[in-house]
Parts: sequence; structure tokens; C-alpha cells
Amino acid sequence: MNEVDTVRDVVAIVLVLGGAFLCLTAGLGLLRFHDVLTRMHAGTKPQVLGILLIMIGGAIRLQGWSATWMLLLVAAFQMLTAPVSAHMISRVAYRRRHVRRDLLLVDEIRSGESVDRVYRGDEPADAPPEQPAASLQASRREDQAPSGGV
Amino acid sequence: MTAVFWAAYAMLGAGALLTLVRLARGPSLLDRVVATDVLLVIISAGLAVYAALARDPTVVPVLVVVSLLAFVGSVSVARYIGGMLIHAPAADDSGERAR
Repeated sequence: MNEVDTVRDVVAIVLVLGGAFLCLTAGLGLLRFHDVLTRMHAGTKPQVLGILLIMIGGAIRLQGWSATWMLLLVAAFQMLTAPVSAHMISRVAYRRRHVRRDLLLVDEIRSGESVDRVYRGDEPADAPPEQPAASLQASRREDQAPSGGV
Repeated sequence: MTAVFWAAYAMLGAGALLTLVRLARGPSLLDRVVATDVLLVIISAGLAVYAALARDPTVVPVLVVVSLLAFVGSVSVARYIGGMLIHAPAADDSGERAR
């Protein structure tokens, strides 16, 4: 193995180690954070940057273009799908009150107040609606009424 | 070089274990969705690390499948919870809710 190959291997292994470290930080953040949104913030690190680093490392270290194209496909697919799934999960999380609103600095969606008063299902026990009795009444009334689409 | 390999696998395994703890403890369904997403990403990262370190390109097509599965799974569960949001549940289990 000549010198160029060694340098390439060192670069690839540094990239792979960086990606593995990002996976470890994702696990730590997922365990220590207190909210769906903050946990998603921790979990997105390996979803984009970690996968990208590991894919570049693998593409450097694997010979042959077929593996390189497939790794590139995986990286592009991750970068396309991670924002979509994160958007859907965070929207549902906000609507179902899985968000610690007392920790939010800016809350642009909270203008209607109508979302906030109604029980939506499985609220976390540490973030009930502001007036639980009234919310229960409203949600029962909502159940009685025929639902009109979205 | 072997120490480097073990360090990479140890970091991936520790991340996967912590994600599994969150998957088991997660207070809500969405936490589990996020944990499952991250777990699948860590699995595909581990496969890619194996492919890179062992110079073994046979597991590379599995990466495509795993990343596709992660996206489809998280999006379908998120849409399922959104459907639960529209059709609110009956008021019978209010005592259970008011913990």
C-alpha cells in the first residue's frame, strides 16, 4: 500500500469516526432532552451530517463506481426525506401539545388559542391544556358535533 | 487500526443503545417515532461503517432499503397520528387522561 492510499484511508477513517460520533451524540441528546422538538433536533444530526460523513468515508474507501453511486443515492435520499419527515412529525407534535410551550421563545403558530384549549388525545402528562375541565368539555362537544373535514 | 474500528463500532452501539432506551421510555408516540427514525439511521450508518472499514461493498444495497424504510415508516406513523388528531377519541377515557 503506497503513501497515497494511506492518506486516503486516514481521511476516510476520520470521516467515519466523525459520523459515528454524531450517532453517539444523537443517542445522548435523544435520551437527555425533554421535548419532541428538541429530541428531533438531536436526532437530525446523524440523519444528515452523520450519514453524509459516513457515505463520503465509504465512497473513499470502497473501490468501484457502483458502490459510490449507491452511497451517493442514499445520501441524496436522506437529504431529501429528512426535512419532509421532520416537518410532518413536528407539525403533529405541535398540534398534539407534545411541545414544552413554556420553553419556547418565539411561538408564531399560537395566535388562535383554539388549538390550545382542546384535548387532542395523548397529551403528555407534564403539559396538559391550560384549563383541563373546560378543555374536556370543549373536546366532548367537538366529539358530539359532526366533524367537518380538516 | 483495530482500535479505530472498535471505537467507531462502540460509538455506534452506544448511540443505538441510548436510542433504544428512549424508544422504551418515550412518553408519547411521537418520541418513539423520532427514536425509531434515529435508530434506523444509526443502523444504516453502522452498515456503511462496516462496508467502509471491511471494504465490503455487498451491504451497500441494504443501505438504500433501510433509508427508504425509515422515511416511509416515520411519515406513515406521523400521518396516522394526524388522522387520530382529526377524529378525536371518545370522552370515556378522560379519567385515564387526567393523570
